[in-house]
Formats: sequence, C-alpha cells, structure tokens
Amino acid sequence: MRILAMLLLCVAGVAQGQSTLDAVKSKGFVQCGVNTGLAGFSQPDSKGVWKGLDVDLCRAVAAAVFGDAAKVRYTPLTAQQRFTALQSGEVDILSRNTTWTVTRDTSLGLNFAGVNFYDGQGFMVPKKLNVKSAKQLNGATVCVQPGTTTELNLADYFRANRMSFKPVVIEKLEEVLNAYFSGRCDVFTTDVSGLVSVRGSRAPKPDEHVILPEVISKEPLGPAVRHGDDRWFDVVKWSLFATIEAEELGLSSKTVDQALGSKDPAVQRFVGATGDVGKMLGLDNRWAYHIVKQVGNYGESFEANLKPLGFERGINALWSKGGILYAPPIR
Amino acid sequence: MRFREVVYQTALAIAVALVAWYFVSNTAANLEARKIASGFAFLAREAGFEIGETTLFAYGAADSYGRALGVGLANTFRVAAIGVVLATVLGVAIGLARLSGNFLLRGLAACYVEFVRNVPLLVQLFFWYVLIAENLPGPREALQPLPGVFLCNRGIFFPDFSSSPVLQGFNFVGGVALTPEFAALLAGLVSYTAAFIAEIVRAGILAVSRGQVDAAHAMGLTRRAALRHVVLPQALRLIVPPMTSQYLNLTKNSSLAVAIGYPDLVSIANTTMNQTGQAIEGIAIIMAVYLTISLSISGLMNWYNARVMRA
Repeated sequence: MRILAMLLLCVAGVAQGQSTLDAVKSKGFVQCGVNTGLAGFSQPDSKGVWKGLDVDLCRAVAAAVFGDAAKVRYTPLTAQQRFTALQSGEVDILSRNTTWTVTRDTSLGLNFAGVNFYDGQGFMVPKKLNVKSAKQLNGATVCVQPGTTTELNLADYFRANRMSFKPVVIEKLEEVLNAYFSGRCDVFTTDVSGLVSVRGSRAPKPDEHVILPEVISKEPLGPAVRHGDDRWFDVVKWSLFATIEAEELGLSSKTVDQALGSKDPAVQRFVGATGDVGKMLGLDNRWAYHIVKQVGNYGESFEANLKPLGFERGINALWSKGGILYAPPIR
Repeated sequence: MRFREVVYQTALAIAVALVAWYFVSNTAANLEARKIASGFAFLAREAGFEIGETTLFAYGAADSYGRALGVGLANTFRVAAIGVVLATVLGVAIGLARLSGNFLLRGLAACYVEFVRNVPLLVQLFFWYVLIAENLPGPREALQPLPGVFLCNRGIFFPDFSSSPVLQGFNFVGGVALTPEFAALLAGLVSYTAAFIAEIVRAGILAVSRGQVDAAHAMGLTRRAALRHVVLPQALRLIVPPMTSQYLNLTKNSSLAVAIGYPDLVSIANTTMNQTGQAIEGIAIIMAVYLTISLSISGLMNWYNARVMRA
C-alpha cells in the first residue's frame, strides 16, 4: 500500500495545471481517506454505509461540490498509510481524526483545513489496577499505535515526569486493542475521543475500564488536503466552516428549507439567495444550503454520531455557548 | 556482426539509463511540487518515541532517528541469528526423525512438516502471540515453573548473575527478560523454517546412494558412524545451497514482526517514515539493509559450500 503510493509518486506526472476541484468535478465523486473503523468518527454501519463525524465532513464537501452528499468514495487508511495516500493523490481529502501539527503542515506537504474536533490524549486502564492518576504509571507497559502524535506525546509525558514505561507498538487497531484487553499492557493510550469510542464499542466489559483524569496534550483533529492547491483547500475549509456557521445561525437539516425565504441577510447569504459566495469558491451558489440540507449542521452531526457513545460537547461547543468552535463570517 | 552487437548493447544501456533518470527526476519534481521534504538529514534529528526492547544499544526517546534505526537493526539481527541456529538444530533433528526406523517418530515428524509448512507464517505468528501474550496470567499472578523464573504475559523472566527478577509495581524488575513479542516471533520463525530445513536434510541424505551406506556397514561401521563419516559429508554438498535460501527466508520473514509489535528494523522504519513523512528514504534504508544482510549470508554460505565441496 505504502509502496504502491510511492510508486504513484514516481510515475505520476507533475500535475500542476489541473486543480483538485476540477479533477473531482470531472471524475464525479470525492475520494475521501477515513479511519479503518473508529466508532463515531468513521465506521461502516451494519449495511456498509460509512457513518461518523469525519465521514460527515467528506459528505459536506460532496454536497458543496455536487449538490449530492452521496458522491463520496471512501478509502479506509491506517495511521501509517494516511499521509502517503494523500501526498500521492490517492485520496482528495484526509478526514481521519488527524492531529494538526507544524511538522505535518510543513515537511509532510499538507494543509489542514480547520478543526472538526478538539481533542487531547488520555490514558485508559483496567479498573482492577486501582490506578487513580497518570502520575502513578511508572514502570507500566503501554499499548500504542505507531506513526501517531500519541506515540511522541507518550514518550514526552513520561520523560517530563521522570517515569519509565515499556511501549507495545502495534499498527492495527484490532490487534493493539486485543493486546490491551487481554492484559498484555497495563495502559492503552490515544486521544480521549478514541478511548471513549473504543471503550463504548470494543471493550468486552466497558465498565471495567477507566479513563484517567489527565489529558496530556492538545490534539486538534481536522481534515487535511495537499499543499499547493488553494482552490481545493478553500472548498474543504469553507465546507467545514459552513457546518459550524449553520449551527450558529440556527439552521438545521429540518429548518433550512424555511430559511430559503428568511429575511435575515446573514441567512440569505448563507443559503445563496443573495450574494455570490458560492461562485467565489467555484461552486454552486447554494453550496451551503446543500450541506445543511443533506448532512446537517455540526451540532446535528455531533448528536447523531458522538452523543450515543457518551461524548459531551465540552470545548467542542460553539464559542457562543462556552466552547471554542468558531467559524469566520461567510460573506 | 560485432558492430551491430555493440550498437544494440549501447542502445539498451542508454534506454535503461533514460528510464532510471525519468523515475528519479520525476520523483524529485513531484516531491518538490508537493513540498515534501527529502534527503537524509532527518537521521540526526531527535526521534522522540520509545522502543519496547533494545539489543546492544542503550536507547531513549531523546536519541536520534539514526540510533533508533540502529536499535531496530540490532533487534532484527538478534531474532535472525538466534532463529537461524535454533531452526537448524530443530530442522536437522526433524529431518533425521523422518528417516528414523521408528514408525511413530517418522509419522510425527511427517505430520509436523506437512502441517507447519502449509499454514501461512503470519497466521502462525498470531497463534504464538495469542498463546503467549494473551493467554498467560498477568504479572501479579505469574507462573513460577522454577524458583526465580517467572512466566506471565509481560514475558519470561530469568535470574542472571547480578540480580533476580522481582515484582515491582506493574512489572518484574531485574534479571533477564524475554518479551512475548520476541518469544512469539522466534517460536514462529523457528518452527516454520525448521519444517523446510527438515525436508532439505531428508532429501540430502536420501540422495546419497544406497551403495555408500551398504559399503560403510560392510566395513563394520555402526549406523551412527556411517551417518557421521560417510553419509553426512556427501549429503552436506546437497544440503548447503538450499539451506542458504532458508536462512535468507528466515531473515526476511522476520520483518513480519511488525504485525505482532516486535520492534524490528521495519517497525522502527515505519514509525520513522510516519513521523518524518519521508517514505522514499525510509524504504530505501530498509531495502539497503536487507540487501546487505542477505548478500552477507549468501557470501558466508557460498564460502562454506566451497569448503564442503573441496572436502
């Protein structure tokens, strides 16, 4: 897979003339790189339909570009495969709970279009170990996936607190979870969202595992695109902002049709009744209307995908409601 | 005639060089266009991740990527070196058992060979890993088969000259430890490769003509002495060359370690590639290292083969 992507890098012509937006329009779908299966973010349901917060971002982009949220094809990627897949052009968007860092933004050749989930890294331990704080983990064996910021934060945290640990590094989520749940490791660490999701969906007995109170890092998760294609970058960025702006304007998939006749100028601009924001993006003027109509606003997406697993809005609430989600004005 | 040959050869060489140049320059242009960093400068940067077990080197998260890759290489060497020795011993024993006069021994050896070499290695590795890491009790309920030796899902702990393993906090401290990942990988590689080696040994011995054995017996040599002085020296000439491929296979198969979390070269290189984004350099390092190891093993075995042929 990685080698295949590398070969693509070797063989592919230098495609500078055509932007990703044109390429996507001409092939008729958005190719979206998602997680191989993380409940609430991207996971196929029992009918094989992909569901989740990260999946909804892909659908929002498809709705903006085509007016049809279903025009997405998904490429499930492991943590290790994801960047090469995006760099080599195998996917158009990487929407796979990926942390925005300066290294990734620069030397990996990515552009992060924003943040769709503010997260932080935490630790999960079996209740029977009777551990109350991450400070008590000296000497513990820790299960972790490779190629993640998690692996680096873990080493940083133990170094900063002068503690030692033994990592068990396994790439496949299933395998690393088996190792943790069977007791090979004392601790499993990943983003808190991942811990909540895994405990709710994969643990044989969810109430036998506790998530420790310490959150040891900032993990802003968001969609990424390739460097050097600003038009496509804009489309993805504003598709994300549109879902947040819609929640702020009080527009949801159920109310957006009535909003078409609204007198509020901000709403009129948003649904494309006035102005030409869509044209500036190279899209249909009703791009944002399609997003909200077919995918819903950010809050709806959160309610549908993350609430059932036990997530709280927390800092992922709108800025006006005590959180830090904030979309620049659409005008 | 001669002229035409030279022209063809030159044309081919130029074509190959052009294709190579096309790939290299195109890759460089693509990397540049996508603003992806290239070059080997990253090897000196701080790695920032921990490695579960180390051989020879001391390593910490503050060390460089280069050193991390060195640790991975040493881990690959460790499992390959021990694996080659154990697989040879086990393989020869099973190969001889297949030729034994004892029906039960012969049957068991045949079953072993047919079963083990027809199940994919990756599946066997998962089997061993689940058996060792996921079925043994935790460190607080560790089994103690011998005084001072502990067996649990953190690994096998032996006393060494300076200290004995003691349970302290989450894990045993002191003594020598074999991790479940190492144990599972070694068990998988040894049992799998031994099945092939057994067949090579059997074939080598059967290829020595019956007359040689009869002649040895007629001279009054015992069965054991005939095997040692007459059959084996001749069989070795046939055994050594295919044995080389098995050693190469074992070494290369050790890269499956990545599936069960043993920090071998490939596993460390994968992590490095992800942290730095420099996949082409990473893959180049892996290829160069395996090529070097494989050519070294080949060279060594060719030398040994030449010696056996002379004898």
